[in-house]
Amino acid sequence: MSENSEAKKAKLGSSRFSEVEQAPPVAVFALTAAYKADTHPQKANLGVGAYRTDEGQPWVLPVVREVESQMAADHSLNHEYLPIAGLPEFTSAATKLVLGDDSPALLEHRAIGFQTLSGTGALRLAAEFLKLRANHSVVYLPDPTWGNHTSIFQLVGFDIRKYRYWKPETKGLDIDGLIEDLKNAPENAVVVLHACAHNPTGVDPTQEQWKKIAEVVKAGNLFTFFDSAYIGFASGDVETDRWAVRYFVSQGLELFTAQSFSKNFGLYNERVGNLAIVVNDPGVHGRVKSQMEKLARAMWSNPPNHGARIVASVLTNPTLSAQWKEHIATMADRIRQMRELLYQKLKLQGTPGTWNHIVDQIGMFSYTGLSAKQVEFMKEKYHIYAMKSGRINMCAVTTSNVEHIAKAIHEAVSNIQPS
Amino acid sequence: MWKMALRQSSVIAARYAAIGSRSLSTSSSRKSGAWWDGVEMGPPDPILGVTEAFKKDSNPQKINLGVGAYRDDAGKPFVLEAVTKAEEILLSKKLDKEYLGITGLAEFNKSAATLAFGSESGLLESGRVVTVQSLSGTGSLRVGSMFFKKFMPTAAIYLPAPSWGNHTPIFKHVGHEVKSYRYYDKNTCGFDAAGAMEDLNNAPEGSVIMLHACAHNPTGVDPTREDWKEMSSIIKNKKLFPFFDMAYQGFASGDLDIDAWPIRYFVEEGHCMALSQSFSKNMGLYGERVGAFTFVCSSPDEMKRVESQLKIIIRPLYSNPPVHGARIVAEIMKSPELHGLWLNEMKGMADRIITMREQLKSNLAEEGSQRNWEHITDQIGMFCFTGLTPEQVDKMKNDHSVYLTRDGRISIAGVSSTNNRYLAHAMHAVTK
Repeated sequence: MSENSEAKKAKLGSSRFSEVEQAPPVAVFALTAAYKADTHPQKANLGVGAYRTDEGQPWVLPVVREVESQMAADHSLNHEYLPIAGLPEFTSAATKLVLGDDSPALLEHRAIGFQTLSGTGALRLAAEFLKLRANHSVVYLPDPTWGNHTSIFQLVGFDIRKYRYWKPETKGLDIDGLIEDLKNAPENAVVVLHACAHNPTGVDPTQEQWKKIAEVVKAGNLFTFFDSAYIGFASGDVETDRWAVRYFVSQGLELFTAQSFSKNFGLYNERVGNLAIVVNDPGVHGRVKSQMEKLARAMWSNPPNHGARIVASVLTNPTLSAQWKEHIATMADRIRQMRELLYQKLKLQGTPGTWNHIVDQIGMFSYTGLSAKQVEFMKEKYHIYAMKSGRINMCAVTTSNVEHIAKAIHEAVSNIQPS
Repeated sequence: MWKMALRQSSVIAARYAAIGSRSLSTSSSRKSGAWWDGVEMGPPDPILGVTEAFKKDSNPQKINLGVGAYRDDAGKPFVLEAVTKAEEILLSKKLDKEYLGITGLAEFNKSAATLAFGSESGLLESGRVVTVQSLSGTGSLRVGSMFFKKFMPTAAIYLPAPSWGNHTPIFKHVGHEVKSYRYYDKNTCGFDAAGAMEDLNNAPEGSVIMLHACAHNPTGVDPTREDWKEMSSIIKNKKLFPFFDMAYQGFASGDLDIDAWPIRYFVEEGHCMALSQSFSKNMGLYGERVGAFTFVCSSPDEMKRVESQLKIIIRPLYSNPPVHGARIVAEIMKSPELHGLWLNEMKGMADRIITMREQLKSNLAEEGSQRNWEHITDQIGMFCFTGLTPEQVDKMKNDHSVYLTRDGRISIAGVSSTNNRYLAHAMHAVTK
C-alpha cells in the first residue's frame, strides 16, 4: 500500500470493531485442522462426518459422476435462477423419498417440499418459520445432539430444552427418560427427532420405541421436526431408514423433515437439502410456502442449482435410482463391517468394558463411551483424532487402521481414568 | 394422570374435528392446521410477480421487462462459453465433493478479492482483508447485515432511495433500523447529488451506508467520479461505514476496472469497508449462487477476529457454501484463455445492452415522442428507470402486454432488436 494511503488510514482513528472478540473455532473443524498439521504416518481423523472408502479416500458416487457428465453435455440446461422454493423436480422427488410414494400425505396433497441449503439450511429456514411466523417458541433437542442444532435454535430465539436420550450405563437409548421428558413438555413445543443414525451417538429407537414416542408427541400436542440426514445411508435401505417418518405421518401427525443429501448422495459441498412439510389441511400450504419464500429471500434468495439437478436426475430415473441404491448399500455395508471388525478386535484384546454398542449403534457415528481425557491420550500417543465427547466417525475406520485404533482404545481405557 | 387423559381425549376429538377445517379456537384443540392459523399469506414478490403475470399472457408480442437476468438478442438465457468450458475442465479433473470450509473455496475468495480491488493496490498483501464465499449477493448482504447487528447494534443502515427491493427485507429481518439517503432525482431521471450529500452529512456517526458500486439497481443512475470523491470525503469526516454492493462489475461498462473504480478509490482514501459481490450477472451463474463478502479491516489482528465472527454467523445459516459455481469462477480466473474469453463475452453483454439503450432512445424519437429520453442512454447497466408512473405501467401491461415493475423500472436485458420498436411504440402510447 502506498505511503499516502497508509497516512490516510492512520487518520481514521481507532477502529469501531476493537470490541470484536476472537470467536472460538467450531470444534469439529478445529480437530481437522489439528489433524492436518500432524505429520505422524499413522494418524487417523475420526472427527468430521464424511464417508471414506477402505483406502481412506473420499468417494464421489459413480452415478453422480455419470449424471454430471450428462449435464455438462446437455445444452438445454442453463444456470438461470431457480424458483425461491427450488427446483420442482427435486423437491418433489426428495419429498417422495422420505415419505414414500404411497404416503397418504402425498396422495392427499398434504405434503410439499422446499429446497434448502442442505440440512443446515432446512433447519434454519424451518426454525425461523416456526418461531417468527407460526408462534412456536420452545424446542426440545435430544441430549446429546448435533452441535449446530443448538446454535441454530438459539440464534433464532427458541427456549431450548433437552430430553434425555443417551444412557451412559447401557450406551444405548434412555427411552424412559425420553418419554418422561416429552410428557412434561408444554403443548406446541417443537421436538427435534433424528429420523435414523442419531448424531452423535449412533443410537436409534426401535420400532416399538418409535411408537411410544409418537404416542407421547400426539398426546402432548407437540410438533415433530425430524432431522433426516442419513436416509438410506444408515441401514443401506431407504425404506428401513424412513420408517419413523412414515409411521408418524400414518398417525396423522403434522411434521417437518429436514433432509440432507450430503451423505446419502455424497454431495457434501453442493449443499443439497429439502424441507419436507406435512400438514393436515392442503389449504395451508400456500400460506406456509409464501412465508417461507419470504424468509428464504432474505437468506439466499433462491437455492443452488447444480446439486439439486443431480439428485432430481437420479431419483426420477429408474436405472440411475437403482444404481444409487447400490451405492448406499455399499457405504452402509462397509461401515457395518468396520463396526464388526473394531468390535472383534476389542474383544480379542480383552479391552476392559463392554463394546457391543459399537455394533448395536448405526450410521456414521459411534459414541464410544471414551472420556475427554481418554480421547486426549489417543491423540497424544496414537495420533488418533476424535471428538472430546468420545464420538468417532466409523467411516474413517479402515482395514488398515482398525488395528491401530483398537490398540489406542485399549490402552486409553486400560490406563486413563475417565475423569 | 387425569389431566393427561382429559388432554388426550379432547385432543383426539379435536383432531377429527380439525381435519379439513382451518379455524380452531380452544387451546387444547390446537392441532391439524391450527398451528398454521396465524400464518398469513405473504404478499407476492413485486419483482418475481411480474414474470408470473407475464407467463399467463397469451399475446404473441408480449415482452417481459421484469426479472434482472440477461437475455441474448433472441430473448434467450445466455450461458457463457467460458463457463461451459470451465465446467468441462472441472469434469475432467474429477474433483471430490468434500465439504468446503465455512468460508468457502480459498482460491475463489482470492479471485473475488483481486477482481474487486485490483492487484496493484497492495491491499490484499496487507493481511487486513477477509473474503468469505457467500450465497451470491443476497447471502453476502445477509452475513454482513448480521455482523453489523451483532457488533454495531445501534447503527442504522442507510440505503439509497430507491434501492434493490431485497435490501430492506434483508436488513429489517435482522432487526436493523433502515433509513434512506436521497439518490434518484425524478425530475432529471439522474443523480440527486445535493440531496445525497446533505443526507450523508446528517447521518449519525457509525451509520452504515449502502453504496451500489456501479449500475445502480433499480435506476441505472450512477454517481460521477466527482460525486464519489465527495461522498468518500463526507463518509470519512462523518465517520460513517461504507458497505458496497457490487453485483455488476464488468457488466455495467464492459470494463472490470472502470466498474470497480469507486471501491478502489475508497481503499486509496484509507476507508475500512464491507463489500458484497455477486457473480450472477457478470458470469451468468445466477442459479449457482456465487458471491463473496469482504471486510476491509484496519489491521490483520482485527481481520482475524472479524473472520472468526463471520464463521460463527455462517455456520447456523448454511454451514458452508456450494462449491460448483465457485470452482467455475476460480477455473476461469486462473486460465488466461478462459479469462480472455470471459472478458469478451462480458463485454458482449454490456455492449448489447448499451446498443439497446441507444436504439430505444432513437425509436422513441421516431415514434414522435416529445419527451426527453436522454436518461435511457445516460443510465447504465441492466436496468433503466423510465420515469413511467404506476398508472402508465399498468397501461403498458393491459394495453400492450409489456411487463415491468410499477416503479417504472425496465430490464434492458429483456429488450431485443426485434421488440425494441414495439416497446418504443408502447412507451410513447402511454406517455404522449
